[in-house]
Amino acid sequence: MPKAIKGFFRLLMASVRDLMPIVLVIAFFQIVVLRQPFPDLGGVIVGLAMVILGLTLFIQGLEMGLFPLGESMAQAFARKGSLVALLSFAFMLGFGTTVAEPALIAVAAEAAKVASEAGAIDRTSEARGNYAFGLRMTVAVAVGAAILLGVVRILKGWPIHHLIIGGYVAVVVLTWFAPDAIVGIAYDSGGVTTSTITVPLVTALGVGLAYAIKGRNPLLDGFGLIAFASLSPMIFVLVFGMVIHG
Amino acid sequence: MILLDHVIETAWTTMFDVLPIVAILFGFQFLVLRRRPPRLGRIVAGFGYVLLGLTLFLVGLQMALFPLGETMARQLTDPAFIGIDATSMIVDWTAYGWVYAFAAAIGFATTVAEPSLIAVSMKAEEVSGGAISARGLRLAVAVGVAAGVAIGAYRIVSGTPLAWYIMAGYVVVIAQTFRASPMIVPLAYDSGGVTTSTVTVPVVAALGLGLAATIPGRSPLIDGFGLIAFASVFPIMSVLGYDRLASWMRHRKRALNEDATSIPEPIRKEDPP
Repeated sequence: MPKAIKGFFRLLMASVRDLMPIVLVIAFFQIVVLRQPFPDLGGVIVGLAMVILGLTLFIQGLEMGLFPLGESMAQAFARKGSLVALLSFAFMLGFGTTVAEPALIAVAAEAAKVASEAGAIDRTSEARGNYAFGLRMTVAVAVGAAILLGVVRILKGWPIHHLIIGGYVAVVVLTWFAPDAIVGIAYDSGGVTTSTITVPLVTALGVGLAYAIKGRNPLLDGFGLIAFASLSPMIFVLVFGMVIHG
Repeated sequence: MILLDHVIETAWTTMFDVLPIVAILFGFQFLVLRRRPPRLGRIVAGFGYVLLGLTLFLVGLQMALFPLGETMARQLTDPAFIGIDATSMIVDWTAYGWVYAFAAAIGFATTVAEPSLIAVSMKAEEVSGGAISARGLRLAVAVGVAAGVAIGAYRIVSGTPLAWYIMAGYVVVIAQTFRASPMIVPLAYDSGGVTTSTVTVPVVAALGLGLAATIPGRSPLIDGFGLIAFASVFPIMSVLGYDRLASWMRHRKRALNEDATSIPEPIRKEDPP
């Protein structure tokens, strides 16, 4: 038991070190640049203590739960040998974790507001709702397709940069043709899709698959799923914009 | 007991966010794979830790850091603080020095604390057998985000089109890809996606919106967004650059060692005593 406590304490100290830069930056700008006292110092300290404890628990849980589960599932799929099961799992994992993402819901609502003010869609709340829903589905399908493609890449051992560079070219070409109003939203949608719980799971899945398949290198083939998941929504949303805005 | 209410409410919403993931995981585990994962109890406990940890993390951030960071972003972009005439339509980008400094500093600091980045770098260190250091990778990513957000802030101030910067970034990334060691490339691409999450987005978005709202001639809707895009392209460059730097330093060290061991004896003897 003392060993576990010692380990937890070590993690706690690592969290303190990780949060130090934020505290220093905010303190420096508050005191030196803006020359203002800290409002509600007590609340800030209680909040910081919660952040540190929370980060420590999260990392502990990562190593106990998310990483082992992702890897054991990857191995089980590889052993089962059913391509359909693995690919549908990959798609569902991407789709399911994105469709309910709060950041995405917020961005979609904001985008619908912009589109209706720009006159691209009707000014009714129904039209906005439809637009926001369509955008959310587009991004969720994009992430599902990205994880699926990423898993196919691991199975086949394709070099990642061919696919990523191809994706960049697609983004550049589509940006050229897409309506201006959608471009900023499309670029941002790539960033909002990868949540704190999805990332460790998807990483463990990729690395686990690369370990389980003969001839694959976990470093070379296991990583890269997140990269697909942040690139493909840009492409899908640009296309969505071209279809909706005409 | 406002704090407790807040914790319970956040825990509730976090639960709902996680629910679809848990449903998919367990659905596939029991319906398709049909076998219990090893050490199921430990995994369930781990999920509990992750949920509790994220909840405390988010509530703490909302209490301690986000309000301060957001107020700060507003104050730093306030025309009165910058010392410019708010009604003037001419924007002098050099007047915004503290804004760029804040953008870089907060981009760096929030990235170091980003939980998804910690997860990916832990995995990278484990998989590479320690050849890639988790700390080094995270610092490289943080430097990239710092540069990206600062340049993104400059873009909003100067009003130049977002797409130009992102496309130039892509060209640099492609050029770097062909010179980098293949092992680092997937990791570098991944690090672009993991930087923009729980900690970084709220503060950085507030900075972008604050800038766009106070600078004459900028629209928050068109110019305010897009800082996130900078924060996802620049880390790819900095991680690929970090790889070049690390391999250059390894070569140099080796070359120096070889020099040191290959100094012939007679030369030393000729040195004056």
